[in-house]
Amino acid sequence: MSVHTPHPDMPPPILNVGVLGWLRSNLFSSPLHSALSLFAIYLLYLTVPPMISWVFLEATWVGDSREACAGGGGACWVFVKVRINQFMYGFFPESEYWRINLAFGLLIVLAIPLFIKRFQSKGKLAIFILVVYPIITFQLFSGGNFGLTHVETSRWGGLSLTLILAGVGIVASLPLGIVLALGRRSKMPIVKSVSVVFIEFWRGVPLITVLFMSSVMLPLFLPEGTNFDKLLRAMIGIALFQSAYMAEVVRGGLAAIPKGQYEAAEALGLSYWKSMGLIILPQALKLVIPGIVNTFIALFKDTTLVLIIGLFDLLAIIQQAFADPDWLGYSIEGYVFAASIFWVFCFSMSRYSMSLEKKLHTGHAR
Amino acid sequence: MSETDNPGGMPHATNNVTIELRGVHKWYGQFHVLKDINLAVNRGERIVICGPSGSGKSTMIRCINRLEEHQQGQIIVDGTELTDDVKHIDQVRKEVGMVFQHFNLFPHLTVLENCCLAPIWVRKLPRKEAEAAAMRYLEKVKIPEQAKKYPGQLSGGQQQRVAIARSLCMNPHVMLFDEPTSALDPEMIKEVLDTMIELAESGMTMLCVTHEMGFAKTVANRVIFMDAGEIIEENEPHEFFNNPQSDRTQLFLSQILQH
Ligand SMILES: Nc1ncnc2c1ncn2[C@@H]1O[C@H](COP(=O)(O)OP(=O)(O)O)[C@@H](O)[C@H]1O
Ligand SMILES: [Mg+2]
Repeated sequence: MSVHTPHPDMPPPILNVGVLGWLRSNLFSSPLHSALSLFAIYLLYLTVPPMISWVFLEATWVGDSREACAGGGGACWVFVKVRINQFMYGFFPESEYWRINLAFGLLIVLAIPLFIKRFQSKGKLAIFILVVYPIITFQLFSGGNFGLTHVETSRWGGLSLTLILAGVGIVASLPLGIVLALGRRSKMPIVKSVSVVFIEFWRGVPLITVLFMSSVMLPLFLPEGTNFDKLLRAMIGIALFQSAYMAEVVRGGLAAIPKGQYEAAEALGLSYWKSMGLIILPQALKLVIPGIVNTFIALFKDTTLVLIIGLFDLLAIIQQAFADPDWLGYSIEGYVFAASIFWVFCFSMSRYSMSLEKKLHTGHAR
Repeated sequence: MSETDNPGGMPHATNNVTIELRGVHKWYGQFHVLKDINLAVNRGERIVICGPSGSGKSTMIRCINRLEEHQQGQIIVDGTELTDDVKHIDQVRKEVGMVFQHFNLFPHLTVLENCCLAPIWVRKLPRKEAEAAAMRYLEKVKIPEQAKKYPGQLSGGQQQRVAIARSLCMNPHVMLFDEPTSALDPEMIKEVLDTMIELAESGMTMLCVTHEMGFAKTVANRVIFMDAGEIIEENEPHEFFNNPQSDRTQLFLSQILQH
């Protein structure tokens, strides 16, 4: 009779672990893989060092006029520096910048508790942010009350305008999209056809056309003398346009929820709206977080199109600065600056969506 | 036969009827799925429904809580007739619990939240009370320690017991079971059947679609055999298994008892 002796644990072969192991399995696992890796490294070598040198090493950072950049071979960030206020605040009166700062500062302060685990009334705070905060922000931007001087929407601009357009678009298009998606799946023929027609109409028209029509055509149909703010019209156009996309994303999520979930909710006596709100939508929206954020990102970047109706969002105001005779020839710096601001916001949204997905994952198996 | 409280072939004789189907017909498009179903279930009665796949068993019990609509005949639950009237439907669903083959737990909610959801939102119980009641039922199905977990973290048998507890939390008078053990691995069937037997002993009115004949013999007052949308035969279990009347029942029983 043999006695079983347990086999001792041994360390893995040296080539499978550590830096060497990682390199071998990730970059050089086969001849073709090795060739591709080397080629990629070569491409990086060609592009990255010159870029770093242009953006950072040889760039001019100090000074306040064109002359400061005369000698440098790199980027002239002085151009951005002297115009930064305009890029951020548009044509808002300089003495009133604090109102914009306050509005965005308030948002940050309000949003912080949403990320604190132990904070209990997240729902109430979210409703406050969605309902009360926009009113406060509008008051701060527009003024006219509480001793604040009135600032016309035509003077709003720059990054603050971009954020307002995107914020309104995001906050309005998600609920509208959800309602449209539910409508499209409704058993009531009228609700269903209205939703389908609405979605297909807005999806079939380019956003440029929507904006153009809202600013040029709409006034022709409205009665003489009605003054309907241009910015407001752009916001409505963007929100309706994006809600159609959002609806299709949400519909995909709804379709992925098994029939059994609807039946279990019904069997428990939950009404349509309760079963949607408590059972179906939480699961469906979680499934399509990547798609929703994708739409948000597209929306954020699409706000740049408002420049064709004469609104000065971040990109438009930067482009407008190129025409300054004192600063001719610095458009690359301007575009790089615009791109990096857009990138920071879009990338943050993408990262946030990933962390949200992880957090909401409950290991579901059906 | 007289020692059971089974009313035998004349269920209409008692005034204790809680569910009544009278001449119920249903079609899926052109397909006649339920044909002239007549059935009366007394309070506290346990009925097992069996029959070949596709015979309309699920459709029949799903008509009782209006997950499916019947097109002809009457279905009356606790004195409320099921019609298009949403109030009637809500009324019936409050009194009738249902357990599904695939559990249909809500995967985004914990076990406890699954159980509390309907009591809070439909019965309007305060959260504290609903949670206390839910914990009582989770103890009854012997998994109180899983209350904080998500359904995806439980075994099939545990999930089905949670589903039973979830239904019980609404305090139903009647429980419908649609093949509650068919999706389970063999070693988990017993824990669910034990839970159902306990429930039967507590006096719950139960309609179970199941092929667990052992369960039928232990708890059923009556076994119903369906085929091709019709009730072919109904009898108390001993007679049903030992002395089946129709040849279709005999064939079905021989197939099911073979293995
Ligand atoms: N939603 C539906 N649409 C069309 N036919 C259906 C639908 N549901 C079930 N059926 C058909 O009705 C018959 C009875 O189904 P079911 O009640 O599920 O049978 P059982 O539960 O006895 O296996 C089957 O032939 C099935 O294919
Ligand atoms: Mg079935």
